[in-house]
Amino acid sequence: MRPRIEIKTSPHIKEPDTVERIMRSVVLALLPVCAFSVYQFGISVAALLVVTTVTAVLTEQLFNQLSGRASTIGDYSAVITGLLLALTLPPAFPLWMAAVSAFVAIALGKALFGGLGYNPFNPALLGRAFAAAAFPEASSTWTQAGLADRFTEFLPSTLALPFMTPDSVDAYTTATPLAEWKFEGQIATETWDLMLGTIAGSAGETSALLVLVCGLFLVLRGAVNWRVPVSVLGSAAATAGVFYALDPAAYPDPLFVLASGALMLGAFFMASDMSSSPVTPAGIWIYGILIGFLTVIIRFFGGLPEGVMYAILLGNAAVPLIERIAQPRMYGLRKRRGQ
Amino acid sequence: MSVLSFLGGLTFPRGIEPPGRKDQTRKQPIRRLSFAPRMVLPLTQHFGRPARSLVTRGQEVSRGEPIAEADGWPSVPIHAPVTGTVEGVELMPTARGPKTEAILLRTAPGDSQVVRWSRERDLDALSRQELIEAIQDAGIVGQGGASFPTHLKLSVPEGYAIDTLVVNGCECEPFLSTDHRLMIEATESIIAGVRLAMRAVGAPEAVIGVEDNKPDAVAALQQAVAEEDAIRVVQLKSKYPQGSEKMLIKALLDREVPSGGLPYEIGAVVNNIGTMAQLGHLLPRGEGLIERVITVAGPGVERPGNYRVPVGTPLRYLLEEVGFEGDDPSRIILGGPMMGNTVAFLDVPVTKGISGVLVLPEGVGDETDRPPTQPCIRCGRCVEVCPVGLNPAELGRLAAKRQYEAMEERFHLNDCFECGCCSYVCPSNIPLVQYFRIAKSLNRERAS
Repeated sequence: MRPRIEIKTSPHIKEPDTVERIMRSVVLALLPVCAFSVYQFGISVAALLVVTTVTAVLTEQLFNQLSGRASTIGDYSAVITGLLLALTLPPAFPLWMAAVSAFVAIALGKALFGGLGYNPFNPALLGRAFAAAAFPEASSTWTQAGLADRFTEFLPSTLALPFMTPDSVDAYTTATPLAEWKFEGQIATETWDLMLGTIAGSAGETSALLVLVCGLFLVLRGAVNWRVPVSVLGSAAATAGVFYALDPAAYPDPLFVLASGALMLGAFFMASDMSSSPVTPAGIWIYGILIGFLTVIIRFFGGLPEGVMYAILLGNAAVPLIERIAQPRMYGLRKRRGQ
Repeated sequence: MSVLSFLGGLTFPRGIEPPGRKDQTRKQPIRRLSFAPRMVLPLTQHFGRPARSLVTRGQEVSRGEPIAEADGWPSVPIHAPVTGTVEGVELMPTARGPKTEAILLRTAPGDSQVVRWSRERDLDALSRQELIEAIQDAGIVGQGGASFPTHLKLSVPEGYAIDTLVVNGCECEPFLSTDHRLMIEATESIIAGVRLAMRAVGAPEAVIGVEDNKPDAVAALQQAVAEEDAIRVVQLKSKYPQGSEKMLIKALLDREVPSGGLPYEIGAVVNNIGTMAQLGHLLPRGEGLIERVITVAGPGVERPGNYRVPVGTPLRYLLEEVGFEGDDPSRIILGGPMMGNTVAFLDVPVTKGISGVLVLPEGVGDETDRPPTQPCIRCGRCVEVCPVGLNPAELGRLAAKRQYEAMEERFHLNDCFECGCCSYVCPSNIPLVQYFRIAKSLNRERAS
């Protein structure tokens, strides 16, 4: 029965955008990236995407039931975590390891903090960091794109049984462009190939151009704050540019830095995770510049060829600190007298 | 004037651009609403002390004569909107809920209803103080919605010099078009009112801000002030809440009213365009405020338009006249959809400060059919639209944790003027403004 008097409060109109719509558009923007990855690496990546996404959604549902709250899988955020995690993993990553990583991403990265909106770290990247720590070899074994039988045969390590060491995959492995530069001291890849994505790398870090286009769609749609990719990419290009200007022989050019590895994916799809990034415009600038800078420093001077994941996680960790100093300037703020 | 002008026109920073929805009424000339058989005139229609009734049961009154006097300085008189008989002075429900004392009038049927009362004055001979007293005698209150007595607003406190009278012709609330119509149909009254208000506050200049979704109003006003050096008409980019005092001053003068302070401190006084129209119409005639123009609109209205409505007309009568037969008060909004209030009963009267009556459909469409509240995803949209430059996301988080004091001390809760931009954009549909209202009132309670 309706109450006799129902008093609603202003405002009485509302912009139609909702959390579901925002999240759904992120999923939509990820689909072309996923599709291209499957085209490049075949059914192994298809299986990887399905396993991480299904595991992420099931984990979300499990924690909903454990905590007795209404189902939140309809908000699509678990789907995003699953897809993003798969896109950061090597194409031949064993599926059982992927499932464990997806469980960790949702359970430790999100559910324990209180679910959507409360996660201090990007859940997908937390899962990826877990994978790097728990399965170091599988996490850094890369496959050449465009193998002839990729649509009919799984890569051997994909179907490895749980807790078994994967078969040797030497026949398929290759180095990523970043690793080539890092460990062999030379850039063997044309920047154009990085753009198009006909290279080795994690499932989603192949075509920088495609990620850029899909990312721009999200920016125009308002699902990604434009300041995040602009500050991350701008800061990375500027930092790399300084080193390249000092010694072009020792450091790669800024364009290579932007187009290689997971930087594009990270800037548009991961650093932009709303829950784990600052809420104020000034804070986002600081956060993005920090991530871009750290990415390049890790790549150039760290022990790893790729630094995007740790740079974003460090950026996430710095958010509470950043928000202490980066609050909006209030209209008509008076200077406090005697303080 | 400022760096803000390079992107699509002069305005204030941030804010929102909701669909205007004014097409239903903005081209329709103002029409007169018929007189209701019974009028209800609350003694509190304004901010300040209630008026004191001057009439007794059974007394005959003529349209225009004072029926309640101002109770001291922070109060205004009330004039009879119709010729008729006093039925009594009783406690009656008001739009906000609680019952207050009101004068009930039975309209004399068959009367011609011309204004039969006036108090002639030689306006040019009046001193500033006498002019302000004349404005009080006319019972004029702010027509934009706050109902603040106009004579109080025009009384500049000792020690402040006003250089600019700012006139608000923005009408930034969706649906409303009363100011729009007045600017076109009552241009002369408005300019006359602006001149009087300039005299009252001692301002050498006046500036009228009008949003660019009303080009015909801009043109009409500009033509009217073509010979005037002291009055300027400035077109502003349409954006909500530009009609708020602080934002309009920012847009037009690029000044900021200090936090917790008043516009006097920065040499400005802001008045609504409807108030200026009343002033310019009533003062030369020596009459009192007995009617006003109201936009009646919304998908639930059969004959939407701008109506000249006698103050005291029961809402139920007004709605029947425009062809709305429903009986659900929660669909009726007094004022605009962003800051207006739903009513508790349909048996409440139109008062001096009501600029619009909207009938919104029940749960139809994206705009009113609100999905359930979800957790804040920290998207930051509220921060990007807050015209005051607050952090509504953080304020909302603290409100959920009931840390009301921290909201006030660290995040400037009291500077929020409840425009509703944050709630409007929130994709999680969190009733942020409502949280802030509650937090403010709890803080006030604790302080007292």
